[in-house]
Amino acid sequence: MGPEHLSARDAVQQAAEQAAEQAAEYVARTSYGRLVARLAASTGDLALAEDALSGALEEALRRWPGDGVPDNPEGWILTVARNRQRDVWKSSAHRTGRPLEQAEHVPTVETGATDPGDLDLDAVGDRRLELMLVCAHPAIDPAVRAPLMLQSVLGIDAARIARVFAVAPSAMAQRLVRAKKRIRAARVPFAIPDRSVLAERLPAVFEAVYGCLAAQWDDDAAAVDSLAGEAQYLAVTLAALLHDEPEAWGLAALTTFTLSRARAAEAPYIPLDEQDPADWDGDLIAEAETYLRRTASARAPGRFALEAAIGAVHAARRRTGVLDLAALRTLYDALVIVAPTLGAQVARASVVGRTDGPEAGLALLADLDGATFQPWHAARADLLARAGRTDEAAAAYRRAAELSDDPRVAEFLLRRGREGS
Amino acid sequence: MHYMLLLHYAEPEGGTLDQEAIDQAQQEFSAYADVLHRAGVLVAGEVLQPSAITTTLTTVDGTLTVQDGPFADTKEQLGGIFVLDVPDLDAALHWAEQVPALRWGAVEIRPGATFITDGAWVPNT
Repeated sequence: MGPEHLSARDAVQQAAEQAAEQAAEYVARTSYGRLVARLAASTGDLALAEDALSGALEEALRRWPGDGVPDNPEGWILTVARNRQRDVWKSSAHRTGRPLEQAEHVPTVETGATDPGDLDLDAVGDRRLELMLVCAHPAIDPAVRAPLMLQSVLGIDAARIARVFAVAPSAMAQRLVRAKKRIRAARVPFAIPDRSVLAERLPAVFEAVYGCLAAQWDDDAAAVDSLAGEAQYLAVTLAALLHDEPEAWGLAALTTFTLSRARAAEAPYIPLDEQDPADWDGDLIAEAETYLRRTASARAPGRFALEAAIGAVHAARRRTGVLDLAALRTLYDALVIVAPTLGAQVARASVVGRTDGPEAGLALLADLDGATFQPWHAARADLLARAGRTDEAAAAYRRAAELSDDPRVAEFLLRRGREGS
Repeated sequence: MHYMLLLHYAEPEGGTLDQEAIDQAQQEFSAYADVLHRAGVLVAGEVLQPSAITTTLTTVDGTLTVQDGPFADTKEQLGGIFVLDVPDLDAALHWAEQVPALRWGAVEIRPGATFITDGAWVPNT
């Protein structure tokens, strides 16, 4: 065997490894949540399902280069993961880990994974909605719902989730472990509840997906990390699973509009209405507009449909070149009725300050309790500057900068304060 | 799976509840227990006497102490328990939402870990 022969074999081996890796990665990316949902639904044990799945994915990476990628990679991984899950349930390690369970109790772990139809994830229906309902269950701490969804439905690793939510990695890992333990021990069901209960629970699911939009800065100012893409994927998946739920499509539209501006929002900070619309992603805007149209079946537009419509008004500047302030005003008037959050009220005051004059907006702000709310100070600074009250504006810009978590925003506000004076 | 519904509420001062209110609460509780029983989910139920009647044992430095009054002297006290056998937390929530005592207190849903049947421990699954 000469060196050429060896290298040819190496090349083949390398290609096989690469193909195996790509196939496993593809399954992981496209099917992670569906596989976790299938695995966890039978045992109620989310942590066990995730461990079994990551074990199966590792096994795929180990075996596929030699054995070849199976015809049904998803089915292969599901079968291997199920076997691993069953092994854990049967192992003495698991039993001694839970000393009170003396009987060899194996909950309804699905065992007969031999029917090929059973391995077709689409044939048995998508269980990701059940998984999302578990993650946003009322018995789960609201602060951990969004992180839990990102980890269980999308397979995002805990370290990245911790970074984006600005929490220490060990603290985030502990919260996730605790939540999963709670799901198993209290037996939060993996099921779609009755229509009335489902209607009660969906807002929490929407809220958790919305929470994933939260983006944070790394300590390293050069590396931006945002979950806008993941939040958008979750929202679109959720809307598709719920079929005709207008608020779900509103959330899908909202997250897609946000994603369309992700590139333009990169450093240095530029406020939305001063961004160059050419920097926005036209394809994503068109996609968001499609989703927004699906909210029209609602009797009255909900919070997310209204927020998405506000996004659409901003996006329209790409076509028309002007920001339709009157339309924004109408939408914010409706939004503060449906969802009177401080953020929405401040944003409305800002718009009123531009349609009816800065003093009208300032009067609205004066009625709000925004002493510690950064957007309140930023909006006030902007309106004071528009009113020509430069000294007061400079002070408000400084206060807004002090309250900013994002150093780029602080820098922008301080610059504005200096420019005005 | 066994879930305990633990009813916590501020106890009325002795004699501050009129007989009509007591009768109504009793009627509501028996109607509630009846619904649970007919649904086949009721394992046990206890409505407790006021915490003023309770006696608490503790060991302090190896010495057994008997004290009058509850273990924790809080405004809200444990006032009753229902033990349900239902498939999951959502089913327990469904029944807990109908406890009459929710109007004047809180209901805690506590999953059991293990319980005794005919002298033998049974895992709670």
